[in-house]
Amino acid sequence: MKTDDLIDMLSTGAGAVDRHAGARRFGAALPLAALGSLVLMAAVFGVRPDLAAVAQTLLFWAKLGFALLIALGALVAVSRLARPGARIGAGGWLLALPVVLVWVGGGALVAAAAPDDRVALLFGHTWRSCPFNILLLSVPGFFAVFRAVRGLAPTRLRAAGAAAGLLASAIATLAYSLHCPEMSPAFWGIWYLLGMLLVTALGALLGPRLLRW
Amino acid sequence: MQTAEDRLKALFVKGLAGDAAAYRTFLDQLTRHLRGYLRRRIPTLRDDVEDLVQEILLAVHNARHTYRDSEPLTAWVHAIARYKLTDFFRGRARREALHDPLEDHDDLFAAPDDEPADARRDIGKLLEHLPDKQRLPILHVKLEGLSVAETAQLTGLSESAVKVGVHRGLKALALRIRGLA
Repeated sequence: MKTDDLIDMLSTGAGAVDRHAGARRFGAALPLAALGSLVLMAAVFGVRPDLAAVAQTLLFWAKLGFALLIALGALVAVSRLARPGARIGAGGWLLALPVVLVWVGGGALVAAAAPDDRVALLFGHTWRSCPFNILLLSVPGFFAVFRAVRGLAPTRLRAAGAAAGLLASAIATLAYSLHCPEMSPAFWGIWYLLGMLLVTALGALLGPRLLRW
Repeated sequence: MQTAEDRLKALFVKGLAGDAAAYRTFLDQLTRHLRGYLRRRIPTLRDDVEDLVQEILLAVHNARHTYRDSEPLTAWVHAIARYKLTDFFRGRARREALHDPLEDHDDLFAAPDDEPADARRDIGKLLEHLPDKQRLPILHVKLEGLSVAETAQLTGLSESAVKVGVHRGLKALALRIRGLA
């Protein structure tokens, strides 16, 4: 086929284009990811029994806020990286903010605590399983978000895959917060973050393979 | 004087709104820019230029729903061209080619090149390998110029299946070109 014929083919019957394709795709993927993580959390781990009581505390909402801010930053990052030529932009700052806040807050708490209590603040009771639980809860969102990104046109596949993984894992962390009994910001800043980074790394690893077009 | 960026962007945006003639003119002009760009980029691989031009045109078409008016069109097109060029280099696994700097996109819209060479790969032939529900919509709508409604009637597919078939078919075509499907 000559290039002129290809141009004819591409332009013939080329109607108006949906300019909100990105918003529509993520709009469909996010509820799916959230629902998947929630159902999986309820089925595998169970909602924490004292949820109603703990929901009265500021600390609980700080924990949700931490995951939510990371999810927001990841959403900004992935919706930009899913398009040719766009840079991560403000997503980077949005991502750094909750991490810095939790590290500063967690660090202050650990510094102020008696030496004997520090280990509990850092490791809690569930540090061994926490990152892997977040990994498990990320699975539905991972597929949903990757599907959305595939429908756009990422040109930096590793970065787009990493951001997609981070978004899925931040949503998973939100769901996991409804189960997880750990209430130390220092714990979140280490083990929640590690769980999210695990999925981010997986996204970076699989991005070039799953997102090619 | 209008710059190439302004001119091409105006045509492209009209095309996105459904103006097929403007879109055709855009693809035509883009082709000349791409040819010039690639001939300067890979002067030792002249035989591959026309194949890459076609591949990038198809990629631009498949990705056009991701363009945002607030961005420079040059940067958007360049990211796609660069992506396909990198893929091409990877395919050839040419060490010296990978060292070719791809960073500056200022020259993408610089000097157009009007003279087409022959493509080595025939996209028309690749088209024949697509499944019917993609091949037939492309054949009728994109090659014969029938309307979506006429194609639906002719093939027994629903109108939305015809639209989806064209869209998925052109994406599948791009994967086939790279040998990924």
